[in-house]
Amino acid sequence: MKIRIKFAKRGSLKFIGHLDVMRYFQKVIKRAKIDIAYSEGFSPHQKMSFAAPLGVGLNSEGEYVDIEVNSTTSSKEAVERLNQVSVEDIPILSYRLLPDNATKAMTLVCAADYRLDIRAGYEPIFDLKTAFTRFMEQESIVIVKETKKSQREVDLKPLILKYEAFDSYVCLQLVTGSVENLKPELVMDALYNFMNTELAPFTFQITRLEVYGKKSEEEDILIPLESFGEEIE
Amino acid sequence: MRKQALPDEILLSVDKPARYIGQEVNMTVKNLDEIDIRFCMCFPDVYEIGMSHLGIQILYDMFNQMQGVYCERVYSPWVDLDKIMREKNIPLFALETQDPIKDFNFLGITLQYEMCYTNVLQIIDLSQIPILSADRGEDDPFVVGGGPCSYNPEPIADFFDFFTLGEGEEIYSEVFEVYRKCRDEGLSRREILRKLSSISGVYVPSLYDVSYNNDGTIDAFIPKYEDVPQTIKKRIIMDLSNTYYPQKPLVPYIKATQDRVVLEIQRGCIRGCRFCQAGMIYRPVRERDVNYLKDMAVKMIENTGHEEISLSSLSSSDYSKLQELLTFLIDELKEKGVNISLPSLRVDSFSLDVMNKVQDIKKSSLTFAPEAGSQRLRNVINKGLTEEDIINGCSLAFKGGWNKVKLYFMLGLPTETEEDMKGIPELAEKIAEEYYRIPKEERIGKVAITVSTSFFIPKPFTPFQWSPMCTAEEFLNRAYIVNSHMKEMLNKKSMKYNWHEADVSLIEGFLARGDRKVSKAILNAYKSGCIYDAWGEFFDNQKWIQAISDAEIDVDFYTTRVRDLDEIFPWDFIDIGVTKNFLKREWENAKNEKVTPNCKVQCLGCGAATFEGGICFENKN
Ligand code: SF4
Repeated sequence: MKIRIKFAKRGSLKFIGHLDVMRYFQKVIKRAKIDIAYSEGFSPHQKMSFAAPLGVGLNSEGEYVDIEVNSTTSSKEAVERLNQVSVEDIPILSYRLLPDNATKAMTLVCAADYRLDIRAGYEPIFDLKTAFTRFMEQESIVIVKETKKSQREVDLKPLILKYEAFDSYVCLQLVTGSVENLKPELVMDALYNFMNTELAPFTFQITRLEVYGKKSEEEDILIPLESFGEEIE
Repeated sequence: MRKQALPDEILLSVDKPARYIGQEVNMTVKNLDEIDIRFCMCFPDVYEIGMSHLGIQILYDMFNQMQGVYCERVYSPWVDLDKIMREKNIPLFALETQDPIKDFNFLGITLQYEMCYTNVLQIIDLSQIPILSADRGEDDPFVVGGGPCSYNPEPIADFFDFFTLGEGEEIYSEVFEVYRKCRDEGLSRREILRKLSSISGVYVPSLYDVSYNNDGTIDAFIPKYEDVPQTIKKRIIMDLSNTYYPQKPLVPYIKATQDRVVLEIQRGCIRGCRFCQAGMIYRPVRERDVNYLKDMAVKMIENTGHEEISLSSLSSSDYSKLQELLTFLIDELKEKGVNISLPSLRVDSFSLDVMNKVQDIKKSSLTFAPEAGSQRLRNVINKGLTEEDIINGCSLAFKGGWNKVKLYFMLGLPTETEEDMKGIPELAEKIAEEYYRIPKEERIGKVAITVSTSFFIPKPFTPFQWSPMCTAEEFLNRAYIVNSHMKEMLNKKSMKYNWHEADVSLIEGFLARGDRKVSKAILNAYKSGCIYDAWGEFFDNQKWIQAISDAEIDVDFYTTRVRDLDEIFPWDFIDIGVTKNFLKREWENAKNEKVTPNCKVQCLGCGAATFEGGICFENKN
């Protein structure tokens, strides 16, 4: 049986890196006595895979991990049991059964919502709301993406699916995943560039709010990853 | 949101910020309104190492079960954060509440190895507590030391307000009780220390005067007041099955050195190797009940979610119920996907069978610690491992499919000759030859023998406490002899040789048998920028040599000097149970190449029977 678990990562736990979160979850699953399936071999490991790694320093209200289990309790009981053995700032939000032929979370991911808050002391010299609106009115937002080997021009505009700007924060829906992936920091970099100033490190506290997948091959509708599963009664 | 002592900007610019945020699984949270004693427990090394230490987990758990006491933790900030904290004048804080340590009542520091001493000063200094205990005021926490290095507390006596000698489980409830009473009475810091000094096992260095002879040795060590005890006797727990053990140990986020459940099966060691300090200071041997251990193992695995468990003790093969315990762990836990990491066991058919079940033979190796290259020298050090044991063990293992062997030795042991040194590669050669005696078709590839040598450092409370230590030059010369002789071996291609740094061994030797005059050198070294001396990449020998000479003391006095049999040692005022007379007898036996039987075979009356329990009372029939 495939299960999708949704969790948040808050407060100081944003400093725990992705690999450590993986190790943390292996232990949570054991402590909660979830009947997880193991791989074969001399040193078997839990069948578990994460949706989209979150960078160190980012908070999240919508992280996902898929696991495979041999048997399960109801969603309600599983969430309770998991929360009993979790730390306060990594609460478990949902535990849902996936159809047997479900696509892996990792493959499914195609967009994510972010909220970027200006930290105290880092207020920009321009008005965020107006600037962002003007920024998005451009025909295209071309930046040069540098990788180790090459430089490549990318237009950010089609990768920004939705946006809403306020006085002290911005909400963005960005293309995410293994094929195309836009980091929210990059958008802000481009914005500050557009405003002819430089983006100081740490200006924004970024929170990932949700991760989405396409409802089906045919329909171009985005739904949160947890909506692919069903509550177990 | 919980408090965070360091701003995000700092945490995002240092390596592994998870070291500084606390909030690990099973961390204790308490309501500060109900707390009247705040204790910060410190392991003075980086987080990943400190978090792996069982002793701290035991005391953390025990203190936090006490009403009114909140025990928190701190580890050495890594060099990157150290620099930032100094620049920005940020006081060192405890992980749990993220509050500055200077506001606590106690800062307890465990002293596991001498090379952590500059890190001790780093902790005190970054906490913004005066480094010298004499400079501390009424509002400063009491800085207290414990752990194996406090058996010679003199080199660091100036930095600590008091030490607890022995096993912390015994002493602290009394310390807290006396402290509370004193505080209620409004006593001053000095008066409180004076009261604490009457608790058995507590040593308050400022209450003693030391006078020296012209040659620099100690003339007398005298309490300043009549009510201050002349000798301090260590305190230990006799019933290890009826005491604190953390059923819910802390589980870090980042990978600690020990990323597993650690089960302490016994304390002490029956063997009596003459170079080994642990073997003397932890006497007598006390075992934990096997049923208690089984129960603990299951609970700790459940409460942590760890996927591995390891056994801890000085010599696990000597634990009387080892077979029963290991069989249980394999049957109960292996099923549930828990790995069992074995301690180094005596190699015999039982241990090979167990290893076969829990390890991948292709990856695992056999470990032997003969410590010396010849039987003669092994008799000198009382290491009861013979060449026959090693060859037979290897032979058995080779037939079972093993082909990797690790051998550990020491160079610079008392009476060591060139022949003894050459014995090291020769033993490796015999092992290799034993391997190639197996018919070719049954062998799995080549044999790989790794030989490692460390340099012998005489430690207090061992029969070798009178022994001179080699100079750095002499150490390297001996390593050179081993290395060149290895190249002459037939099977040299199957051997690999690693040796330890000589300079750092010398400083460790200097600190290990130091007196109060050594404090100055440690302070100088710290002030000149030494920290993380236990880490090869940070140890700076030049700075240490300068620091020692600026303190107007002589390294040789502490390391290479021949000590008189009746010399008063800086640590003589401590009573570990084992008597100085016994150590003298053993020193004589060593020089006569005479082996002493272990506690299970025959009691030698070392003095540890004064604790009225353990091995000393088990085999008397
Ligand atoms: S008194 Fe005897 S049995 Fe007890 S520790 Fe000493 S030598 Fe061993």
